[in-house]
Amino acid sequence: MIRRHGWTLGLVGILLVLLVVTRIIQPTYGAAGVQGLAVSVLPLAFAAVAQAIAVIARGIDLSVGSMMALTSVISASLMEDRSEGFAVLVVIGVLLIGCVLGAVNGSLIVVTRVPDIVVTLAMLFVWAGCALLVLGTPGGGSAEWLRSLTGGSILNAWIPKAALLLLVIVAAIWIPIRRSRLGLSLYAIGSDPLAAYRSGVSVARTKIFAYTLTGLFSAFAGLTLTATTGIGTPVPGPYTLLSVAAVVLGGVSLAGGRGGVFGPIVAVVILSLLRTDMTFLNVNTNLATVAQGLILVGVVMVGSLLQLRKREP
Amino acid sequence: MTASTKEYLLEASDVSKRYGAVVALKSASLRVRPGEAHALMGANGAGKSTLVKVLTGAVRPDEGTITVRGRERMAHSPAEARRGGLVSVYQEPALIPDLDISSNLRLTETPLEPFRDWVHQLGLGKLDLSRMARDLPLATLRIIDLARALAIRPDVLMLDEITAALPANLTESVLEVVASERGGEGSIIFISHRMTEIASVCDRATVLREGVTVGVVDISADSADRIVELMLGEAVGEMPERTERPALASQGNEVPRLEVRSLGSSGRLRDVSFDVRAGEVVGLVALEGQGQDELFDILAGSEHASTGEVLVDGRPVSFRHPADAIRAGIVFVPADRAEALLMQRSVRENIALPFSAPISGWGPIRRSKEKPKVDKAIDTLQIDTRAQKEVRLLSGGNQQKVTIARWVAGGVQTMLCFDPTRGIDIRTKHQVYLLLRDLAEAGAAVLIYTSELSEIQLVCDRAIVIFGGEVVAEIDASEADEATLLRAAHNLRSDALLPEEIVAAVVAAEEEADGAGEEPAHPTPGEEPGDDRGSDETSDL
Repeated sequence: MIRRHGWTLGLVGILLVLLVVTRIIQPTYGAAGVQGLAVSVLPLAFAAVAQAIAVIARGIDLSVGSMMALTSVISASLMEDRSEGFAVLVVIGVLLIGCVLGAVNGSLIVVTRVPDIVVTLAMLFVWAGCALLVLGTPGGGSAEWLRSLTGGSILNAWIPKAALLLLVIVAAIWIPIRRSRLGLSLYAIGSDPLAAYRSGVSVARTKIFAYTLTGLFSAFAGLTLTATTGIGTPVPGPYTLLSVAAVVLGGVSLAGGRGGVFGPIVAVVILSLLRTDMTFLNVNTNLATVAQGLILVGVVMVGSLLQLRKREP
Repeated sequence: MTASTKEYLLEASDVSKRYGAVVALKSASLRVRPGEAHALMGANGAGKSTLVKVLTGAVRPDEGTITVRGRERMAHSPAEARRGGLVSVYQEPALIPDLDISSNLRLTETPLEPFRDWVHQLGLGKLDLSRMARDLPLATLRIIDLARALAIRPDVLMLDEITAALPANLTESVLEVVASERGGEGSIIFISHRMTEIASVCDRATVLREGVTVGVVDISADSADRIVELMLGEAVGEMPERTERPALASQGNEVPRLEVRSLGSSGRLRDVSFDVRAGEVVGLVALEGQGQDELFDILAGSEHASTGEVLVDGRPVSFRHPADAIRAGIVFVPADRAEALLMQRSVRENIALPFSAPISGWGPIRRSKEKPKVDKAIDTLQIDTRAQKEVRLLSGGNQQKVTIARWVAGGVQTMLCFDPTRGIDIRTKHQVYLLLRDLAEAGAAVLIYTSELSEIQLVCDRAIVIFGGEVVAEIDASEADEATLLRAAHNLRSDALLPEEIVAAVVAAEEEADGAGEEPAHPTPGEEPGDDRGSDETSDL
């Protein structure tokens, strides 16, 4: 059990150390800081989960950021000046749209047999364009209940609602799937597509399902983006690449078949906290980005070395 | 023991498949009776694999019908084929490396109890289902794959080269199982190149040649020649006997080309010592997992020895990288052709590889211009030039020829071959044997490891048998018949029972029991000293 989740536990350890370091750098960093952290990482965390699922199935989805944008602007423009009740329909509708977007990606990959990276690269532009068509500039609005769902804390000043929301949604969707035969098939096609095929797994259907899940979680990311910022953003920033970084840091093998979704979530928090710390240390923003990249490479290298060492007695 | 009814369990007729200009199958047919073990044979490129892929639904034929129990069933995927009662077990186990065994079983909805029974019957005693598939040795995975297939009681079970690269003890169990399944409700299609095995467990054989079914043979004592004839399309002479080569054999004072002293590693290799002289072909014989993998890896330079030393031409060497070994004149032809070849590149490029790499290949054959050498190599080996484009399009046997050809063209001092003729048809095998002999005659020292014991007398001057990481016997080729080698490999007394004899005993006991209407009892090879070791081996797995 420890070995299976070793990487994630290691990341949690790093996170805890980092929290202590943050506290040392900035003694006033407390519940409010944690709260702010949770809210700011929420969209990226969902994006990381989305990407993780695609990568586990031996794929990659470069359109995660664009799907986020599209779902964000659709929800924002539909929710603007409408009733709270309507917003519930919007949320459900947008989640379904996310599934459809993902299913389109997956189907194209399966039907055209073009590599995942190429198809999703193309769809990146398609979805991004659609987002701009819906909302040319940031705008729209978000329902109140949605905003309050992600802001503030619950039970305790230290437990941000955002964190709870993230964990509940991910666990409710991913854990049952992970335990089912469908989940096994996902890992199977990522680990060895030929063996999976010979074992009777429908590789095509499983792949489409994986990308549909990616689309769903991208929609969650887009919705939370709207919820936390209050508006829809057609061009939200480098979420796609950051999601890949989080996935790699989170212990998911780019070769497929290995890893989970919780590692990338912790990775997202670590990356974000690092950023915050460098701000506290008054490090030049651009330098901070360089440092972030170096740290990412360093951690992945050390982690891989440790894993390799374990394999060879 | 075949059912005398004319009704077939599986009938494939007029199956045709072409890939562009290449005709893989042309009106091929296969008819299997219920309860029989039916061999499917043919040379490399004859269409066996294509036919199997058609049956299992991995490939859609251009024409043809397939009926199972009288109903037409054209499967479009392995999943569909399985639902139709047709299950295949391939050489590469279809297990997901990153999942543990129980997850793998859940994935294929394998019933657990029958699976465990079969695993036990196949000779793997204690199997920990929580182990990850990638951590288990290949032989174990293949047995698991087989047990998985047997557990669902398929109508037709297709075993594709199931005994290739299996250690002798597991091969024994597999053959026993195949033999005992005969006469039941399902049938077995047995694809193999090993005549002795086919002769001991199969009822009939269908022979393919160039995509066409050329004959169906009832297996009997002398059907082997007929089968080979059908496969090759002409009468095949015996491989010429080795003649003594007095010139080299008498060079007893000369320093051996390759010498191994008390070599051991942290794995299963304990203490191995032997030498190989220039002009000799030495054959290494061992059951799986006796240390031969580690030995070859050390000699090839990809692993370190923990004890002992290796000497080349009398000088101790220490390899930190395969390039060091190559510089010392040692070339390694691995069993897995994918490890040795650049699959996407052409035959020519693969053969010419040693020339482009800045390594001097010194050897008895002086290097000259590349092209004539490469051409000669291609000619000598009669590599099927149909697909000279990319190596990955060649059949397994031709790929193997390419791996050897590249070193022939460049000159070889010492050649290490690990299971060079695994899964290759007879004609190509003979070509490879001749090639290895020619290499030795030209002055190279050749060390081969083979799981096909009949090869030893055809190619080698002497055999070295390894058991438990140590050399237990050194046998001259003239005395190294299959029976002797097998006993030595098991580290048995010379009067112990052989696998074929055990199988024959099983079959005989069953026939007797059928006649008497009782449960057949398996003969217990309890007197063999090897028996105790048997349980140790299974727990290692």
